[in-house]
Amino acid sequence: MVARHAMLIEDEPNIAEAIRFLLRRDGWEVTTLGDGGVAEARVREQRPDLVILDLMLPGRSGIEILEALRATPDTAGLPVMMLTAKGQGRDREAAERAGADLFMAKPFSNAEFVAAARSLIRA
Amino acid sequence: MGLNALTGSRVRERRLALGLRQADVARGAGISASYLNLIEHNRRRVAGEVLTRLARTLAVEPEALAEGSEGALAVSLRAAAGEDGGAEVERLEEFAGRFPGWAGVTAGLQRRVEGLERAVAALSDRIAHDPHLSLALHEVLSAVSSVRSTSAILAETEDIEPEWRARFHANLHDDSERLARGAEALVAYLDGSEQERAGGGVASPEEEVDGWLAARGWHLAEVEAGGDGAAAIAALSSGAARDLARAHVMQAQADVAALPLAPFRAALARLGPDPLVLAAELGGDVVQVMRRLATLPGAPEGLVICDAAGALIFRKPAEGFQPPRLGAACALWPLFAALARPMAPLEARLEMTGRGGRRFLARAWCQTRHPGGFGGVEVRAAAMLLVPEPAAGGGPRALRVGPTCRICTERDCPARRETSILSEAPGLRG
Repeated sequence: MVARHAMLIEDEPNIAEAIRFLLRRDGWEVTTLGDGGVAEARVREQRPDLVILDLMLPGRSGIEILEALRATPDTAGLPVMMLTAKGQGRDREAAERAGADLFMAKPFSNAEFVAAARSLIRA
Repeated sequence: MGLNALTGSRVRERRLALGLRQADVARGAGISASYLNLIEHNRRRVAGEVLTRLARTLAVEPEALAEGSEGALAVSLRAAAGEDGGAEVERLEEFAGRFPGWAGVTAGLQRRVEGLERAVAALSDRIAHDPHLSLALHEVLSAVSSVRSTSAILAETEDIEPEWRARFHANLHDDSERLARGAEALVAYLDGSEQERAGGGVASPEEEVDGWLAARGWHLAEVEAGGDGAAAIAALSSGAARDLARAHVMQAQADVAALPLAPFRAALARLGPDPLVLAAELGGDVVQVMRRLATLPGAPEGLVICDAAGALIFRKPAEGFQPPRLGAACALWPLFAALARPMAPLEARLEMTGRGGRRFLARAWCQTRHPGGFGGVEVRAAAMLLVPEPAAGGGPRALRVGPTCRICTERDCPARRETSILSEAPGLRG
């Protein structure tokens, strides 16, 4: 079976490293990106099975990237998990409208995170 | 909201508890949404047929909405029962009748919860509108997230490769450092004291310069000695802060040139601290004299200076007086009365609202400049010097002022422009 491919767009290097480790252990292939500016192009080029998108990114916000992905038919249905921080209620509403499939609030539990990632590609 | 809350308030409370929109309830009761809005704000009496229809729409007995303590009790109990369906709502009256004490306690708790929820909403609103605070919190939250995931990996992965383990240990160390810095910055920010706030990434350029000045006791000894403070300025973290500090130093240099320290001190000893008298004796403008008074080594005076727009461009706190960091100050400050009347001295006794209630003798003055001559613009600067006075004890009547509406506890202030986040929280006062 071909490994499931997750693309992680997160500018906090230590969080990104922990997530990468967790997903790899769970059998995923993981690409990480720290900048929002190039994210959309990379997603289109690499066609991952799952996109994990931080809400606050340098270059381009997570919501803008999500909106761009939802706007074209080939990525409109791509599973997207949004990483939010507690207290970002308004941004979260905006992301919900933009079509995020699932929200993971930081700080999250590792088990929950992996289970959430799996649930998104099974669905 | 006590037991004597009005019918309209109870209608609103019940509607919000059900998560219904005004328009929907109004339609259900056969009235217009604007009429319902008036009812909910107790601007229209409601009784009879309309009350019955409203009660039906909100699934309560009309008595529960009508005046009277029992109705209010029922509303609170229903709200406490919530939507989960766990409580026997149909036996509510029996409960209230058989256990009036417990029912009262439950209703009291529910009202307290509602009060706290409003307080939380007000605080999160503050977080959303305060960019520095929200940035600092985000920083802490990010570090916490990383620590949580990384430490869980280390704790739960038994067969972790040594190089990964080393890496995660290093990350953990990294994040704990960052967390410590973030927490410190946050505490300093929320503390409102004169602690050093610079360097935490939380401070705005203004705050960083204020912290820099506070660390020097607001007295620039190097400038008095003819220096330009360049080395100290270079240590500031942002370019904007360095620019502000440079401007401050240039002004201090002008103050020193116009009012050299030794003659200034001699005149002060001879004539007393009245800025007008000192300015007449020594030359220099009154704002300059006030700045000189407030920045003498160890001076206890507070000083605020604003521009013609009322924006604070100089903020030296005093014990018991903390000028606001964000937004506009209390509109009752004599500073603003002086701003509207250039060159007219204004003196007032002030008492700060809130805990402590420190008293000050305030002297305010507005100076105008016309750097472009007759054809140019007028530049105004108003200054207010706050001289600490002994605590109240039947002294002369004082004008009660706050720092800024948001954190002022004064009730019924005719000049209030914004709801206080403190008075939003009656539940917190017990």
